[in-house]
Amino acid sequence: MNTKVAPLLDVANLTLKIGGSGRTVVNDVSFQVFPGEIVGIVGESGSGKTLAARAVMGFIPPAVRLEGGTIRFDGQDVMAMSPKDLRAMRGSKVGMVFQEPMTSLNPSMLIGRQLDEGLALHRKLDANQRRALILDMLRRVGLRDPEGALTAYPHQFSGGMRQRIMLASVMLLKPALLLADEPTTALDAVVQRDVMELMVELTKANDTAVLLISHDLGMVARYCSRIVVMCQGDVVEQGLSEDILARPQHPYTRKLLSAMPHRLPARLLPEAKTPIVSVRDLVVEYPGRQGFFRKGEVKRALHGISIDVQPGEVVAVVGGSGSGKTTLGQSIAGLVKPAGGEIRFNGKPIARSETAYWDYRLNCQMVFQDPYSSLDPRMTIGQLVAEPLRLVPDMTPADRKARVAEVLTEVGLGDGFAERYPHELSGGQRQRIAIARAIVRRPSFVIADEPVSALDVTVRAQVLELFDELQKKHGFSCLFISHDLGVVEQVADRVIVMQDGRIVEEGPRDDIFDNPQHLYTQKLLAAVPGLESTPEGGVRLFWRRAENDASMVG
Amino acid sequence: MNGDGAMSSDSTLSTGGAVKKARRMKLPAPNAIVGGTLIGILLATACIGALWTPYDPLKLSFREKLVAPSALHWLGTDEFGRDVLSRLMAGAATSVWISILTVTLAVIAGTTIGLFSGYMRGWTDRIIMAFNDALLAFPGILLALGLLAVVGANKYGIIVALGIAYTPSVARVVRGTVLSLREREFIAASRVMGNSEGFTMARHILPNCIAPLTVLATSMFGYVLLAESALSFLGLGVPPPAPTWGNMLAGSRPYIGQAVWLGIFPGLCISLTLLGINLLGDAVRDRLDPRMRGSR
Repeated sequence: MNTKVAPLLDVANLTLKIGGSGRTVVNDVSFQVFPGEIVGIVGESGSGKTLAARAVMGFIPPAVRLEGGTIRFDGQDVMAMSPKDLRAMRGSKVGMVFQEPMTSLNPSMLIGRQLDEGLALHRKLDANQRRALILDMLRRVGLRDPEGALTAYPHQFSGGMRQRIMLASVMLLKPALLLADEPTTALDAVVQRDVMELMVELTKANDTAVLLISHDLGMVARYCSRIVVMCQGDVVEQGLSEDILARPQHPYTRKLLSAMPHRLPARLLPEAKTPIVSVRDLVVEYPGRQGFFRKGEVKRALHGISIDVQPGEVVAVVGGSGSGKTTLGQSIAGLVKPAGGEIRFNGKPIARSETAYWDYRLNCQMVFQDPYSSLDPRMTIGQLVAEPLRLVPDMTPADRKARVAEVLTEVGLGDGFAERYPHELSGGQRQRIAIARAIVRRPSFVIADEPVSALDVTVRAQVLELFDELQKKHGFSCLFISHDLGVVEQVADRVIVMQDGRIVEEGPRDDIFDNPQHLYTQKLLAAVPGLESTPEGGVRLFWRRAENDASMVG
Repeated sequence: MNGDGAMSSDSTLSTGGAVKKARRMKLPAPNAIVGGTLIGILLATACIGALWTPYDPLKLSFREKLVAPSALHWLGTDEFGRDVLSRLMAGAATSVWISILTVTLAVIAGTTIGLFSGYMRGWTDRIIMAFNDALLAFPGILLALGLLAVVGANKYGIIVALGIAYTPSVARVVRGTVLSLREREFIAASRVMGNSEGFTMARHILPNCIAPLTVLATSMFGYVLLAESALSFLGLGVPPPAPTWGNMLAGSRPYIGQAVWLGIFPGLCISLTLLGINLLGDAVRDRLDPRMRGSR
């Protein structure tokens, strides 16, 4: 960092309060961004990172009051700018990429028109020159058919593609500063990495500085030269990325670092004769769109999957979106009817006899991804956790009550939680309840479908740890479905990699992570950081490189 | 680290919970008080009106026709010298009773159809909903008129006709709610638990339909009261001389120039009842939904 150059963006002592309650949401925050530099703001939800960044654009929600401090962009005070100057600054000098690619493009406007909007407003060029610029930019962000894209609507593109288009529309104006608010959080790991690389490449080429806002410390550390760590409105620590990672000073930074998933030593499982659950040649098909008179084409989501899960084993299924991993979980749980194949529980096919089916039904439970929709909002925690016990024969009401209390204590929500409703709990607490509900019958097999991907980093670490603890205590087998290889590395004994409804690679965790064979596995692995502890209590990140890394998805 | 992390987040939350508990003890919302009072008065009037009225609501007295409100007749008398207050009280009993039964009929029938249709989906759903939409295409009052011609114009005819006329809209609302609910993960969770479809519907889907149903039922109560009045107004309602608010309003029309109270008082009763019901409906919905508790 060259201190002789004047900072491009200089935020000093910024304090924001919520108008009504007077709660401070951003407290005395100062940071600087120099031209061409990439700076990351890291924090969990509620840390004020998004508000602080939006204030740079002059976007402060009406309920929030500016209490003190200054924001200078290129030497000018943003807060003192006239609305006209502010509008001229937005877009042309400061660009912004939002988190949700599904909603940040106008769904009823052609891509070409949307991209043209900013150019026509801020640059004095004629239509042909603008068109040439747009086509060039779309080509650079990796669209296969830029001409065609001009006359397409946003819904015709995938999330990753839309985020590329969004990036193109911002970079067209060659802004001096790009604000990227969780630009890749909504994308899956592989696409996430491609989009980030593209962003870095484009901004480097145009000498654009980037303020990257994210909860993902690993990603921020990978791309940013400096990191600002925020916690509940305060900047707790800022400095060079390597320093923060290697020698974290503040306890919160250490907590964030230790919350990053890390590998535990491989476990030795006793050999068992029959796998607890075994899936043979499972095929799932979805009927195409049906009209009154026509039948759409059948879409095959799973092409003959076979999996064995040994007693006490945690098997992770990983893959990008559309790989069929969620369908696999749902069909094993009995939510989706398979078109072919067989599921055996303890060696007995469940489709053949009623007793085998009920034995399986009572022993197979599921934890869902979204803790906000997996709990019935009209039931109390106690009722929710007690519900599965209804079907257990020979249990007295007193037994049930005792069991519910026991399980709630196990998940760390003992006292007084039974009377509450789900909406009174945080996301992490809800997920604990979902886990409690899944294990209250003491099942021998649990399917966990992305159980931690909706949670904040430190909460995620806690829930994972709880899950691991309960798994060891009760010894249930688990099918752990996730797109996040970091999480998988921490919990899995064995890993199955899926792509397009097929298993492309499977093996013990250490083999998959240290010596991946399939190209897709390598690509997945390249998207997540590896961690090594350093003596000072910090970590060092390393990144695996995929072979044929240069090949871009188009 | 798991332990202390959980503790810290739990402790902040339990104080939040305590605050919410304290708020729950607060006075009911103003709309509940006003709505409750209005409906309370209505119900009390209807109950008293069914048993006792100051004068016989049917007794004709040609010497006293079209008397303005006075100490003897608080709300005046009509063209046949019948006491308006007595007729309003007796009419309240009839109108409220008809509305309650009609709404109950429509809600039960509509909920059953909607639940079934939404949960089954596929062809069952399509056929039921096509039929339902065909019924919805008729204005409720027109449908009721047609049905009344079949079942006959009397108190129970009105209930059946209006009940059937309002069933499709309930079915639509319930089906829509069921469709969105059944995609939620807690329904999948219930199935994974091994609960039967019927239990899942009764335990998880039906209770979550109550909030929209309450709102619909209260606004429907108002519509039915109006529709019943309109039918009576058109002469197809409860046959005279039995008083309802609708036929009183209808009967006042020729005398609007000379005896304004004949129209004003039944009209006022209808408006105030509708206001009360809508206010109370909102309050009940907020109360029934655990998410809304404590947020006021």
